[in-house]
Amino acid sequence: MRRLLRIALLLPLLALGFPVQAQVPFGQASGVKEGLEIGTSTSEIAITSDFRGADLTIFGALTNADELFLAIGQYDVVVTLEGPKDYATVRKKERVFGIWMNTEGMTFEQVPESYSLASTRMIDSIDEAPSLNNIGVGIDHLALNPVGYIPDSGMIGEFRDAYRRLKLTNGLYQRDTSGVRFVSSSLFRASLKLPANIPDGMHMVRAYLFKSGQLITQREMPLRVVKTGIEQAITDAAHDRPIAYGFLCVLIAIITGWGASIVFRKD
Amino acid sequence: MTVYLPIAELSVNIFIILGMGAAVGFLSGMFGVGGGFLITPLLIFYNIPPVVAVATGANQVVASSISGAITHFRRGTLDMKLGSVLLVGGLAGATAGVWVFSWLRRIGQLDLFISLLYVVLLSSIGALMLQESVRAMRRAKNNNPLPVKRPGQHNWVHRLPLKMRFKKSKIYLSAIPVVGLGFGIGVLTSIMGVGGGFIMVPAMIYLLRIPTNVVVGTSLFQIIFVTAYTTMVQAATNYSVDIVLATILMVAGVIGAQYGVRVGQKLRGEQLRALLALLVLAVGIRLAVGLIVTPSDVYSVAVGGMSY
Repeated sequence: MRRLLRIALLLPLLALGFPVQAQVPFGQASGVKEGLEIGTSTSEIAITSDFRGADLTIFGALTNADELFLAIGQYDVVVTLEGPKDYATVRKKERVFGIWMNTEGMTFEQVPESYSLASTRMIDSIDEAPSLNNIGVGIDHLALNPVGYIPDSGMIGEFRDAYRRLKLTNGLYQRDTSGVRFVSSSLFRASLKLPANIPDGMHMVRAYLFKSGQLITQREMPLRVVKTGIEQAITDAAHDRPIAYGFLCVLIAIITGWGASIVFRKD
Repeated sequence: MTVYLPIAELSVNIFIILGMGAAVGFLSGMFGVGGGFLITPLLIFYNIPPVVAVATGANQVVASSISGAITHFRRGTLDMKLGSVLLVGGLAGATAGVWVFSWLRRIGQLDLFISLLYVVLLSSIGALMLQESVRAMRRAKNNNPLPVKRPGQHNWVHRLPLKMRFKKSKIYLSAIPVVGLGFGIGVLTSIMGVGGGFIMVPAMIYLLRIPTNVVVGTSLFQIIFVTAYTTMVQAATNYSVDIVLATILMVAGVIGAQYGVRVGQKLRGEQLRALLALLVLAVGIRLAVGLIVTPSDVYSVAVGGMSY
C-alpha cells in the first residue's frame, strides 16, 4: 500500500514582486534580489508500522524574479531532504583462500543516512561540479570525508562510488531530475520520495535557487520524522531499557515453553 | 500477511516465519534437539541480519528446551550439582562469547565468523553422526550386538585434579573438564545462537562418561540458563533480540515440537540419527556455498564507524 503523504502549502501568491520588477530594463541587474520561499503544511511526519514509502510535496515561490530570465528558463530550483547524519562504514569483500571476506573498509564522517533530491533538470547541467561540491548539493556532490588518513586516494574514490551506489540501490538516496515543476511562472512544486526505510529523526528540507547556473539563494526548514506504533515502542524499549526488554524476551520464552508442556500434557 | 520486525528492521511474511518455526519445532521434537542450529541459519538464509538471527535464536532455544527440562526434572533424571558446575562454565563462556561477538561486529567480520563456525561445526558433526548411524544400521542388519564398553574404563579426563562427587550421576569427576565443557558451549551459545545440546550430549557421554540417563536432563538444565542469560546479555549489549520474531518462532516451534515427538517415537533410533545427520550436513553445505559463491556486490555499507 503506497500512501501519499501530501503536504501541501498554501502559498501567498507572489502578490508583491511583479509590478516592481516589470519596470527593470532587460539585461540590467534589478535592484531587488530574488527571493525564495518554501513551505510544507507540517513540520512532523508520523510513520506508522505499515509505512511503505511516501511522497512529500513541497511548494515554493520565487519572489522578485526577473520575468525575462523566467521566460527563457534561467532559473533552476533544487530541493533536497537530508536525513540525520551519522558515520557510515563501507566494506569491501575479497576472496581469501576461496572464501569471500571483508578485507578493506572505510568510514565516512557524518553523512546523511537518507538523501532525496528533486530538481528542475539534471543538476550537473545546472551548475559546474566544483561549485556543487562546494555547496554539497547532489548525491555525487555530498561531502564524503574518510575518517583517518588514507594514503591511496584512488581507494577513496572507489569507496565513495560504492557508497553512493549502495545507497541508491537500497533507496535511501534518491533523485528525481524532473521532480520540481513550475506550476505558474514563479510558483513551483517539488515532489520528494520518502523511502520505506527512512530513518527517524530530524530531517532538513533545503531548497536552492540557481540563476544562470549560479546559486543565488537558499532556504531550509526542519522536518521531524517520527515512527509511531507498537513497533517503535518495542525499538525504544530495546534501546532505552535493554535489561527489562531482555527479561521480557526470556519471560515470553518461559511462558511459551511451559504453557505448551501444560497444554499438550498427556496425563 | 507481512509483519514488521522492529529490531531486524525489515518486513517479513508472517507465514514463512511461522512455517519455519513449526518445521524446526517439528524436527527438534522428532530428534530431541533444541533446534537453534537450524533456526539461526534458516533466518540468515531469509535475510535476517546474522546479529539478530543469533540473538533471537538463543531466545527461541529457551522456549524449546524448557518443556523437556520440566519433564526430566519431574522424572528426576537431572543432576542439579553437575548442571550447576556446567552452568558456572556456561555463564562465563557466554559472557566471553558476547564480548567476542561485539568485537567481531565492530571489525566487520561477524557474519563471516558465524558462517564459518557453522560450516565447520555442522559438517564435522553431521559427518560423524552419519558415519555412526550408518554403522549402527549395518550392525542391526547383520544382527551383531553393540560392543559393550566396560564400565569403569577411564581416559585422561579422569586423571585431572579438583575431583568432585556427583551423587545423582554416581560419578567422581574432576570439575575442570565439566567447567571447560560448559564454557565452550556458552561461547557457542552467544556466537551461534544455539543451545549446544548436540555437542554437549555426546561430550558428556563419551568424554566425561556420565551415565546416559541423566545426560539429556542435565544438559537441558544448563542450556536453559545459559540461553536465557545470553538473551539478556545480547539484549543489553548488542540490542539484537527481536521480540516479535522470537515470539512467532517460539509459538510455532513449541506446537510443531509436539507433533515431532509423536513422529519421532515411531521411527527407529539409527534411522532418525541418519536423517538428522543428513539435515545437519545439508545446512552446513548450504552455508559453505554462500561463503564461496561470488557475492552480487562485494561492497556493503553499515551505519556507524569501525571504531570511534
